[in-house]
Amino acid sequence: METYTLIILLLAATIRVATPLVLAALGGLFSERSGVIALGLEGMMLGGAFASATVSAVTGSAWLGLGAGIAAAMGLALLIAVACVTFRGNQVVAAMAINIMVAGICPTLGLAWFDLGGQTPQLENPGQRFTELVWPGAHAARALPFPGLLYSELISGHSLIVYLAAALVPASAWVLYRTRFGLRLRAVGENPQAVDTAGVSVNGLRYQAVLISGLLCGVAGTYLSTAASSGFARDMTAGKGYLALAALIFGKWRPYPTLGACLLFAFTDALASRLEGVALPLVGVIPVQFIVALPYILTVLLLAGFVGSAIAPKAIGVPYAKEK
Amino acid sequence: MSAGRNSRSLRWVEPILLPVVNLLLALLLSGLIIWLIGDNPWQALQLLVAGAFGSQEAIGYTLYYATNFIFTGLAVAVAFHAGLFNIGAEGQAYIGGLGVGLVCLGAGSLPFWVVLPLALLAAAVFGAAWAFIPAWLQAKRGSHIVITTIMFNFIASALMTWLLVNILIKPGQQSPETREFTPGTWLPSAHDLLAKVGIPLAPSPLNLAFGLALGASALVWLFIWHTRWGFALRAAGQSAAAARYAGIAPAAMTVVAMLISGALAGGLGLNALMGAEHRILLDFPGGAGIVGIAVALMGRNRPIGIFLAAVLFGALYQGGSELSFDMPHVNRDMVVVIQGLVILFCGALENVFKPRLAFIWER
Repeated sequence: METYTLIILLLAATIRVATPLVLAALGGLFSERSGVIALGLEGMMLGGAFASATVSAVTGSAWLGLGAGIAAAMGLALLIAVACVTFRGNQVVAAMAINIMVAGICPTLGLAWFDLGGQTPQLENPGQRFTELVWPGAHAARALPFPGLLYSELISGHSLIVYLAAALVPASAWVLYRTRFGLRLRAVGENPQAVDTAGVSVNGLRYQAVLISGLLCGVAGTYLSTAASSGFARDMTAGKGYLALAALIFGKWRPYPTLGACLLFAFTDALASRLEGVALPLVGVIPVQFIVALPYILTVLLLAGFVGSAIAPKAIGVPYAKEK
Repeated sequence: MSAGRNSRSLRWVEPILLPVVNLLLALLLSGLIIWLIGDNPWQALQLLVAGAFGSQEAIGYTLYYATNFIFTGLAVAVAFHAGLFNIGAEGQAYIGGLGVGLVCLGAGSLPFWVVLPLALLAAAVFGAAWAFIPAWLQAKRGSHIVITTIMFNFIASALMTWLLVNILIKPGQQSPETREFTPGTWLPSAHDLLAKVGIPLAPSPLNLAFGLALGASALVWLFIWHTRWGFALRAAGQSAAAARYAGIAPAAMTVVAMLISGALAGGLGLNALMGAEHRILLDFPGGAGIVGIAVALMGRNRPIGIFLAAVLFGALYQGGSELSFDMPHVNRDMVVVIQGLVILFCGALENVFKPRLAFIWER
């Protein structure tokens, strides 16, 4: 029973940690599948987190905050698209520039507006946050041993954004594989010349893809600052954008395997906080830092081709020029 | 795009006009932000310049930071010449510093003239080793070096945290730091060195590593433009196919460039640990690896340009921290914004500015 409770709580923590990763990784999926490197996830997510916490703190509405988070992240996405698609700049450089700029500008504006050392005020009012939704009967179900705990802790009791993220995985898969837009998007990441020859705008598709990645990162950032915590803190993404990119690569640029990778990485994270200082049978105490580094080590091993093989979209990172 | 331009105008536009215009734009935008948050940008600039160059101590700090940025800027630039984007200078500097620290901690009573070459070697070998795995994976397995070097930054950070918390920590101490190095292993500071020849100088963390960084710049210049290997490296960076046709193995050049790059990044440990902190502590590179990207882009990958850009960013860092005393809303975060803008303009939007500037210059 004790073990069972522990496992359920661990899985519930996994879901909470995975949510921003899933949202950002899905955003990265659209961007990378169209041929634009998604290194900017980190910056777009951070910008979204700051904008949503700020607007939510000022207006008192979490929904307005979400709108602002999405708008900010899409604005950054637009900047990336202008630099990389229209002006054919180096995609890695552009994304790094955005990430660095956002890391500096959020605490600067936060400090100037709120005077709290770069943070936003605590979101204390429930209307300012996307708090946990308690499903009908969840409290009553707690009393029941097996399915009750599963229902009350794992299925019920998450923020609305968690369920949104879960729904967006099949939705993204459907868009990518079952719609005309998805087909064109995948084609433009593999062979933009062919798409161009068919009379479809390569740049137009890439703009849409990068903007979608901004939209999803805005939601991910909103989750971080208004659902997972109550306010923006400096560097609160803490590498989650890069971790989402790693999950995308680990999932071989496909929606469901990417979801799996996000859950795996989130599980290691949830496990790390549980295992801190706990001696396990046979192996003893596993250093927390090793578990923290595990997703990155796994991704490197995958990229090296030691664990399956990762084949990126062919045209990724290459700006498209009509005449060559 | 710029194919029709004559090379004489490009010689001026590319290395000089472009960085200057980009810097002015970045400063202008930052000024706009400062103005928007209700401070006076002109006053901020004055305070920044005074904070960075106003006294001997300030200049010492500026050049101390610049030393870090010269090392990481050179690291990024050498990789750039081989057509590689090394985002991992941060992690390589971190691990290189570990090498320096281990030598200093284990030096015992060895004389300084033995410790110094050992520390130099350790910085280079540890930094290069951390760059080797991503390099080898890129060369042999085609793994995207941008991604692997980012991953290696995180792995380095976890590794160093583990080492400092569990192994290297000074016994009976809370904060994860090693014990202080014995003073015999410290790099002599600039004020001590100059005092010996009768020039008094205010104390600052500026130390002999500044000279080592200048030496490294000269060696990089010699290597890249005046050796056969440097030529091969640049050729592989310009066009792998053409290089192969000329009998150069691009894969080997990838590994060579990254080894040199990692070794240069490791030099940061000499300055920060052996020269200033005198112990290994958490996160001592403090983002210098990322600043290196901005420095290399702005310095157009040339050692002289990197030196100037490194001094500029050193001044921004030092001036930025001084600025917050007088303007509580403007601090080092503003410098990070400037850094991002410089990378955006010099790097990502290069295609916007270069042809237009060349066009204006010719008229």
